[in-house]
Amino acid sequence: MRAPKRKLSWHDPGVRSVIYQILAISVVGGLIWFLVSNTMHNLAIRNIATGFGFLHREAGFAIGETLISYTPQDTYGRAILVGLLNTLRVAVIGIVLATILGTIIGIARLSKNWLISKLASIYVEVMRNIPLLLQLFFWYAIIADNMPGPRQAANPMPGVFISNRGIKVPALEGNGLDWILGGLALAIVLAIVLAHWASRRQEKTGQIFPFWRVTLGLILVLPTLSFLLSGGSLSLEIPVLTGFNFVGGLTLTPEFAALLLGLVIYTAAFIAEVVRSGIQAVNQGQWEAAGALGLKRTQILRLVVLPQALRVIIPPMTSQYLNLTKNSSLAVAIGYPDLVSVVNTTLNQTGQAIEGILLIMGAYLTVSLSISVFMNWYNKHIALVER
Amino acid sequence: MSTTTSPNDKRDLPPVVRISAFTWMREQLFSSPLNALLTVLSVWLLMMSLPALFEWAFVNANVSATTGQQCRGSGSGPVGACWAIIVEKHRLILFGTYPYDEQWRPMLATFILIALLVLSAWRKLWRPSLLLIWTIGLILVAVLMWGGVFGLTYVENSLWGGLPLTLILATFGIAFAFPFGVILALGRRSKMPAIKTMCVVYIELIRGVPLISLLFMSSVMLPLFLPEGFTIDKLLRALIAFIMFAAAYIAETVRGGLQAIPKGQYEGAESLGLGYWQQMRLIILPQALKVVIPPLVSIFIAMFKDTSLVVIIGIFDLTQAAKAALADGAWRGFGVEVYIFISLIYFVFCYSMSKYSQSLENRLSAAQKR
Repeated sequence: MRAPKRKLSWHDPGVRSVIYQILAISVVGGLIWFLVSNTMHNLAIRNIATGFGFLHREAGFAIGETLISYTPQDTYGRAILVGLLNTLRVAVIGIVLATILGTIIGIARLSKNWLISKLASIYVEVMRNIPLLLQLFFWYAIIADNMPGPRQAANPMPGVFISNRGIKVPALEGNGLDWILGGLALAIVLAIVLAHWASRRQEKTGQIFPFWRVTLGLILVLPTLSFLLSGGSLSLEIPVLTGFNFVGGLTLTPEFAALLLGLVIYTAAFIAEVVRSGIQAVNQGQWEAAGALGLKRTQILRLVVLPQALRVIIPPMTSQYLNLTKNSSLAVAIGYPDLVSVVNTTLNQTGQAIEGILLIMGAYLTVSLSISVFMNWYNKHIALVER
Repeated sequence: MSTTTSPNDKRDLPPVVRISAFTWMREQLFSSPLNALLTVLSVWLLMMSLPALFEWAFVNANVSATTGQQCRGSGSGPVGACWAIIVEKHRLILFGTYPYDEQWRPMLATFILIALLVLSAWRKLWRPSLLLIWTIGLILVAVLMWGGVFGLTYVENSLWGGLPLTLILATFGIAFAFPFGVILALGRRSKMPAIKTMCVVYIELIRGVPLISLLFMSSVMLPLFLPEGFTIDKLLRALIAFIMFAAAYIAETVRGGLQAIPKGQYEGAESLGLGYWQQMRLIILPQALKVVIPPLVSIFIAMFKDTSLVVIIGIFDLTQAAKAALADGAWRGFGVEVYIFISLIYFVFCYSMSKYSQSLENRLSAAQKR
């Protein structure tokens, strides 16, 4: 008997799936075409030119804080770059600080000390359950409304002034700074090379190299040495009150301070939970078995527990980092000139709504995807190699 | 677990150990030098901050002032919290600009929405009839808020505000995002490459951008998307952005549940001769959704908190109402008090939901272990 000839039939799942897919594509495609054609029509009526040509026009608005030089005579493109850099600045500093604070609180929540663990859990519960935007408003109200003016500024440490104009701290000045940073970079590179060499040697001979002590030494000695050898100058610039405001020193504006404070405090509560669940995921038997091998407590933590806890911690930690970066867009509500805020001003002035929103989405997508690619790489790097 | 005792069986419970307060403190607070140091340090910090906070919030607080100037005092003597602004402005903060004499309607609507949430938390009601209760509840809310029938005066939705608006955004947002999210999750697990790609692109695109950009898009771009002469109002546009955003997150959560279902369940359903939708509706989704209820509650909490972002596009939710109360020149500068007040409202909602989600997680995982 011959196999029946394949016919085009509704009862063939392959045929059905092709038909469904064509149907789905045409529905979605039709919808997109409908929206795009409406948009083109509407834009034509309102005499709005499409395209990114407006990026080369003069912006004409000032930006409160910039990392690169910027004046209102610069182009929209440069203004948006300034905004992007401001977003990255708050995100990077925020991620570092939130990780430190979150890890401390996560470990504190597991502490055997009743008081410490209770305080940590109160912190987590309170901060997680109040909207971030509200917390930003709250910190901003505290700094902008409730702090004294520059003349009566609070002075908790010599050289540090807190007023409603922001937080002033002393700044390091002089060309010696570059030499110190250069020395630090050299020390870090040497430490990485050393780490590779030390682990190679340990695998071969079993001898343990006192890596951390040597690295600490390098990090302290090299920058000092390069500073002394270069003979560069270095001075501490302390903020001084002249007239109605401070001159000199580094400034954290009220907007930046409130945004950073809010982002760090909010995200740290989530990171604390991630760290706690990661450490709890490591079986108690691992601690005991490592102890039975004669490892010291620090060694147990570093060689046995942390590598396993990290596998659990990394994926949710990545999403917290992404959340922090995306949440930094709330800056627009308290007036910190981040990407969203600058683009918002731009699209109000030019009417280029679609291009503006595409720029915002593109920028965040790029940042999100690069963070997740890096963290996925890191996750793979530390994953246990199983059979 | 091999024991078969029920929790009610008192005989098998371990004996209660009584320890003295001194032993408790030695074990819990001073077990090592480091612990003792930490305890002393945190007690010192609490001693420094709590009494001052207590004095600010209660002892020196002013509840009866009628203007902001009275609250600030004469400049001498300790200044406490000015709760008088809450007393003065609570109607504005809770109900926004809804007509003053009709404010019993948003209040009733708020209670109905809270009742819906509480009923949904009750496991005995987890059955199709819950859907009916929700439909009736949401229709009641709409009638109360809009009015125009049964002798209620019509109130247009640009006047809605405060707590009911926050609850409406969160509940309607989730209620409509849920089916959309489930379909996206199924699409992402589909074997058809075109459908799978479209779902993946949608989910990753939405999850990669902040909610603000979607809200901006809905408020600036949506009017451009529509045919000429066709407009949707601001609240609905914000709601659409919310639904689009929540659906992507719900889809990822539901996908987690779908992946947790053993392959045998899919094969078993197929061998019974069920079609795709029958398999999903009768076999796979009931199991998958049960697994993901706790993370879905977390998404609901996150959405509830995220409703505060509509402030940025100028919709009068609870947070915007707080800002409006502060905009009154006579009461300028009492932001901290107002923000603490509405933080408490958000906290009560979110904290009770997260506690519920935790207890649910414990019960569901206990049921699975058996």
